[in-house]
Amino acid sequence: MTHLLEVQDLVVKFGLRSGDLTALNGINFTLNPGERMGLVGESGAGKSVAGFSIINLISRPGFIASGRVLFEGEEISSYPLEQMRDIRGNRISMIFQDPMMTLNPVLTIGTQMVETIQAHNQVSTAHAREIALEKLQKVYISSPGKRLGQYPHELSGGMRQRVVIAISLLTNPSLIIADEPTTALDVTIQAEVMALLLELCKHENMGLILITHDLAVVSQVTEKIAVMYAGRIVEQGPTASIVTNPRHPYTSGLIQALPQGGSGRGRLHQIPGMMPNLTSIPPGCAFHPRCEHVMDICRREAPRLFSDSENSGLVACHLYSQSR
Amino acid sequence: MRLWKQFRGSYFLYSFLHDPVAMGSFVILALLTLAAFGAPVIAPHDPYDTTTINIMDSEIPPMWMDNGDQNFTLGTDAQGRDMLSTMLYGMRISLIIGVGATFMQAVIGIVLGLIAGYKGGKVDNFLMRMADVQLSFSTLMVAIFLSAIFQAIFGVAAFESMAVPFLVLVIGIAEWPQYARTVRASVLAEKKKEYVEAARVMGLPANRIMWRHILPNTMSPILVLSTVQVAHAIMSEAALSFLGLGMPITKPSLGSLINSGFDYIFSGSWWITMFPGLLLVLLILVINLLGDWVQDVLNPKLYKG
Amino acid sequence: MFAFTVRRIIQAIIVMLIISFIGFALKQNVGDPVRELTGISVSAAERDAIREKLGLNDPFLIQYGRFLKGAVLEGNIGQSFFYKKPAMEVILDKAPATIELVMCCTVLIVVLSIPMGIYSAIYPRRLLSRLIMGLSTIGVSVPIFLIAILLIYIFAIELNWLPSYGRGETVNVWGWESGLLTLDGLRHLILPTTALTALMLPLFVRLIRSEMMEVLQTEYVKFAWAKGLPRMRIWFVHAFKNTLLPVITVGGVQIGTMIAFTILTETVFQWGGLGFLFLEAVERADTSLLVAYLIFVGIIFVVVNTAVDIIYGLVNPMVRITGRK
Repeated sequence: MTHLLEVQDLVVKFGLRSGDLTALNGINFTLNPGERMGLVGESGAGKSVAGFSIINLISRPGFIASGRVLFEGEEISSYPLEQMRDIRGNRISMIFQDPMMTLNPVLTIGTQMVETIQAHNQVSTAHAREIALEKLQKVYISSPGKRLGQYPHELSGGMRQRVVIAISLLTNPSLIIADEPTTALDVTIQAEVMALLLELCKHENMGLILITHDLAVVSQVTEKIAVMYAGRIVEQGPTASIVTNPRHPYTSGLIQALPQGGSGRGRLHQIPGMMPNLTSIPPGCAFHPRCEHVMDICRREAPRLFSDSENSGLVACHLYSQSR
Repeated sequence: MRLWKQFRGSYFLYSFLHDPVAMGSFVILALLTLAAFGAPVIAPHDPYDTTTINIMDSEIPPMWMDNGDQNFTLGTDAQGRDMLSTMLYGMRISLIIGVGATFMQAVIGIVLGLIAGYKGGKVDNFLMRMADVQLSFSTLMVAIFLSAIFQAIFGVAAFESMAVPFLVLVIGIAEWPQYARTVRASVLAEKKKEYVEAARVMGLPANRIMWRHILPNTMSPILVLSTVQVAHAIMSEAALSFLGLGMPITKPSLGSLINSGFDYIFSGSWWITMFPGLLLVLLILVINLLGDWVQDVLNPKLYKG
Repeated sequence: MFAFTVRRIIQAIIVMLIISFIGFALKQNVGDPVRELTGISVSAAERDAIREKLGLNDPFLIQYGRFLKGAVLEGNIGQSFFYKKPAMEVILDKAPATIELVMCCTVLIVVLSIPMGIYSAIYPRRLLSRLIMGLSTIGVSVPIFLIAILLIYIFAIELNWLPSYGRGETVNVWGWESGLLTLDGLRHLILPTTALTALMLPLFVRLIRSEMMEVLQTEYVKFAWAKGLPRMRIWFVHAFKNTLLPVITVGGVQIGTMIAFTILTETVFQWGGLGFLFLEAVERADTSLLVAYLIFVGIIFVVVNTAVDIIYGLVNPMVRITGRK
């Protein structure tokens, strides 16, 4: 069975006047059809960049330095713009973080939906509107007909994000990449939108890459997780086992930092220090300055992701390679 | 000493030293300014001293052409004044008025902008309406109107004797809305920040908050605006002088020189207009280029490719 | 939208009243209309009688009221001392010249600045873009009158291709003296239009470019790319419509600058329009005409700016629907 998505040794750099910065330092993961995966990490870890690089939409001065992205067996990372157009918004849809900024303020919802359909299919406007209405109903928006004629600022935040989700469904894609889809929403709406996304993915058998810093959300929606730190994946595996039995010190730090994690009482656990920014990544393992289990080798050598034969997860930490 | 060290290590200096256009412009501007203010010393003739001017010397072409005269490097104008000297003095006047007017509009604009932004409400509304209306009339227009009216009421002679301060005043009044608007926008943004709330809670008087706390944070956009406005002021003054509403021909600025020379290009004495013209363009151009660079440095949000 | 429009119109009327008030106040304090009318060989007593008859001794506000009534109902904004005719008549006589110039210039600017601005925003590094931006920077630094003089020097004096002053032959179309209908008139139109355009064009190109660049970096444009929309649509529908909004606002203000520039251009080209009229009035100290000109131009400003504001309101859905900016 061909994987839905395969990312192989992806390296993304930012070309600045003062030199190149590495934002993604060799990312590897695969996704099967209908599978839901979480890409977790703090701001600046590179997860958004990873998301954008799948459809080759990294803002200048970023560029893919090496590695490949395979979608349904095709190497889309080497596609020219015209071919990428066929993939973007069509077979892979993306949902951005803030729906107010995502939707064009001077165009109606209807226009923004119909154009998406017509960009990829030769259908009449009337037919396109029907499809749009159908998708709006799928996301449980009230009075969908009226919404088509409205402008983004006339809708509430939650509604807007539903519209964005609806837009992502228009072409029946096989993969949705959702970049922090609920961060900009009110807490009460977050859960609703997330539940909606989950239901749709299951129902339409769409793959999902959920990019977020919120481990709690990820643990409820996804089947597998990849944890990112300073441009690398440091741990990867089935959601259940990562959440109950995290192995990388960073991952366990994240889990413990959750309000429900640990004993649930007393002060929230905090990982000391901050994630380094791209210009000053420490040598060896990037996490070593903040790690409580740091060893000498951690300062010198960057650990590689490898499979610990106990379960099907991967971890990049010397703690575990030592015990081999 | 610390300030100097800060400056040395700053991005400001780094960007400057790596931008040939900015450095070049700065050098040229410095040279021009030195030349202008050193006019009394370096100019070969004194264009204001009527005893040295001989009408028989009028319309002599530049040195390197036929009929040129070694004494008059760039030729003479219609009244026999040496072009080079008159241009240097003229540039001095242009610079003085340009910077002076900008200073005046900055003072007026900043004060009004601070008040409008900080007080808000009716005061703000009123001031901004005024600014809007004045802006929509275009500052050049306002300046022209004011000059014309002044001249019509008080007569040309009175005008000539007060030309420089008057021009500074007119251009200053015409352009304050730009500063007011910019400062007000900054103030509104800063007002929301915590340090203002803290200062207010501590009981600091409004004045103090405005001047000591908010103003320093609005320096950046003010600086960017000022460079543009100096160039603008020089252009406005040149335009006014060209129309005869600015510096008189007896104490000419570059604009009035161009005006006086205009009629003579038809008879072939092109240098009377062209040289001051070139100098004016050069002056404005380097100021604009520097202004562009300042804007780039202080406003890096736009990745310009 | 309706409330927005009404508010704007009320503001416009208030400003126009203020302008007329200031204009009138000036008129009253400058020059002596009686003297202009009668010359100097009239005795003081007779002059006083005339003053009384003309209502010049009445309180200020009453005179203002009369003036206002005359202005609104009859279009009478004073008398030109020099021309010995109603100011309005003189102004309307010269208006077509300026209007034609401004119209041609506007058309050229719209047609040229949009593609140039958009192109240099999308491809900032290309040679053509750099060229456009370089010329724009220089263009903004050269005063209009110099451009005009330069054009005259090159094309009229050195090359002798085009006439250097005046409007040339004009044709009277229902009271409108038009230079557009004769070849000669058109020839005369070329240089002044070029000068005026050469000055305003860089302004707009820079404006469009910088706004467009900002828009191209927004989230919604990125989303448009992520949706796989065709390039042209992204640039011309998504990006450009948003660029248009601030451009309309700023552009509207530039109308004021353009009028100021026409004064300069008309001076250089001896173009018999409103700007030229204005300067003549200054030189001749024809304050009555001057003030009338001020009022006239002031009103034009207000009308145009209000129109631009309303257009902006129509185009920007956020204003259209919520009724405020």
